[in-house]
Amino acid sequence: MNSEAKTIFEKIWDGHVVKRVAGYPDAVFIDRHFIHEVTSPQAFDGLRKRGIKVFNTSRTTATADHNVPTKDQHLPIKEALSRHQVETLRTNCKEFGVELYDLGHPYQGIVHIIGPELGLTLPGMTIVCGDSHTSTHGAFGSVAFGIGTSEVEQVLATQCILQGKPKTMKIEINGKLGKGVVSKDIILYIISKISASGATGYFVEYGGDAIRSLSMEARMTICNMSIEMGARGGLIAPDDTTFNYIKGRKFAPQGKAFDEAVERWKGLVSDTGAKYDVELKFDAGDIAPMITYGTNPGMGMKVTDRIPTVNELKELSEANSFKKSLEYMGLEQGTALLGKPVDYVFIGSCTNARIEDLRSVAQIVKGKKKAANVEVWVIPGSKQVEAQAKEEGLDKVFEAAGFELRSPGCSACLGMNEDKVPPGKYCISTSNRNFEGRQGPKSRTFLASPLSAAAAAITGKVTDVREIL
Amino acid sequence: MSKDKFTTLKSTAVPIATENIDTDQIIPARFLKATTREGFGDNLFRDWRYDANNQPIADFVLNNPTYSGKVLVGGKNFGCGSSREHAAWAIYDFGFRVVVSSFFADIFKNNALNNGLLPVVVPDSFLKKLFDAISKDPKTLIDVNLPEQTISFNNEKEKFEINIYKKECLINGYDDIDYLLSLTKEIKEFDLTH
Repeated sequence: MNSEAKTIFEKIWDGHVVKRVAGYPDAVFIDRHFIHEVTSPQAFDGLRKRGIKVFNTSRTTATADHNVPTKDQHLPIKEALSRHQVETLRTNCKEFGVELYDLGHPYQGIVHIIGPELGLTLPGMTIVCGDSHTSTHGAFGSVAFGIGTSEVEQVLATQCILQGKPKTMKIEINGKLGKGVVSKDIILYIISKISASGATGYFVEYGGDAIRSLSMEARMTICNMSIEMGARGGLIAPDDTTFNYIKGRKFAPQGKAFDEAVERWKGLVSDTGAKYDVELKFDAGDIAPMITYGTNPGMGMKVTDRIPTVNELKELSEANSFKKSLEYMGLEQGTALLGKPVDYVFIGSCTNARIEDLRSVAQIVKGKKKAANVEVWVIPGSKQVEAQAKEEGLDKVFEAAGFELRSPGCSACLGMNEDKVPPGKYCISTSNRNFEGRQGPKSRTFLASPLSAAAAAITGKVTDVREIL
Repeated sequence: MSKDKFTTLKSTAVPIATENIDTDQIIPARFLKATTREGFGDNLFRDWRYDANNQPIADFVLNNPTYSGKVLVGGKNFGCGSSREHAAWAIYDFGFRVVVSSFFADIFKNNALNNGLLPVVVPDSFLKKLFDAISKDPKTLIDVNLPEQTISFNNEKEKFEINIYKKECLINGYDDIDYLLSLTKEIKEFDLTH
């Protein structure tokens, strides 16, 4: 065994350490910094107070996504505080010379969707953003993680972050995925197995042939939800699927520079014999369409299963939190969710609002109509996704089905704008969090794949998508 | 830039014995619209604290005058979910200086440390004893000593871990940018070659 063998994570991390002092967190250089309106204003204020500039504006990209309306984006934002926050981003980007893809810009969209589609996200990079779902970018074989606003200020000021090196975890999924099972089901399955805190303190590498067979869009969905099991981030070693996705993208290396980059990127694999602190293996054949029933993403099950009872919990100490969660959801332990009527269907978010997600929804609903009891929102992840969907005629499919295709933003994933699920209502959602009140005060969320969400939109209830495929 | 310093604290505590308290509960997204760091304490645990008509929910611990103090005690996996630093700001702004749990989410822990809020990680068994003691006597005093890295109450005492650099920062009121700015020359060289 080679003692020098390194994981891909260690290669990237160690290759970006500017200064390592024993007992101190590493000073890690950041290649790409994404910012948005909600977690940046206080960081810019900090720079002003210190009288310093942004260290390297060419490594910083801004967009407005969390707090923007998804209707009438060409008009001034109605809500005063939201308008002020987006205007503050504008003023800050102008003052500090940061590129901003503002509302109306053809590149605007959810920050974790636009980075990859613009070729700003590349293998081997260190990437941060003041948003926990920055882990999405790990799908390209990069070390990407979410940070707080004080850290946003650090990166703006110094292009570095002080950070303890996480432990490493490998999660392998081998075998063939069954009909109707997609990447969202894989990640909901993993989280249901290891819990919402099962990977806290770790950086995850996903591997195995079931992961290798996935498209970039599908890989992004998996890496995106790494944070939902507490992981610092999650990545997948780059391969031809990655290189083909990047080729020709706006800010990616072009021509000869691209070919040279690919040669470098091919070295981004974990060495044979590289050690992980934890290694887990799962069989793709055991994964079915998944759904959550509780108020954290670890509370998930196969859509055909029933909700566990208190006695079936792995840890009895969790009984009170479990009961509180089911009470919030208005559900009974030991019962099935299949057939449970839903009120809203939300197709969107940095987890599942890419063109492939919209295509898979369209494939299910084409020629059908939504059930009368549901309201369906389709929020594309970016202006580019929106344009592509229209070019492919998906907008017509959605319109005919009675779905509302709106403009890009984070929308009802976190209910910061006006897209909120009303109190007590059930929403089947392609987003990433089913926390209490996440989609609006007292809203109740079932997390599921775009296929399962589309199926529920048609039937008006929790459905096993395999029955209509 | 200097922050409030932290060395020792003796205080009663406010217990929330719920596991997986996510940052959406600590401060819901609709209250993240401010562009300054102040005032978030008003909306700390907003939807557990107030009903739909903005009336205080009597049985929630922050509305119960029996419990008060500068120490917040939470269940396992405290601060999971969104990276919003507003959660740490809200807890600090409300008046807490220490959060005790058996397990913290990574980003929340960093955010707390960056704002002079001390996260104290204790074993599950110690946490249970602490919840029991507060429930029996809400006036139970909790002693937190950062230089010694100890937390104690009644006859119970436990050591806690903290990164030595972060400990120095808290004791002296330093922040990370002060340190990183001292590396500017090395960072510039790195930037040019990568």
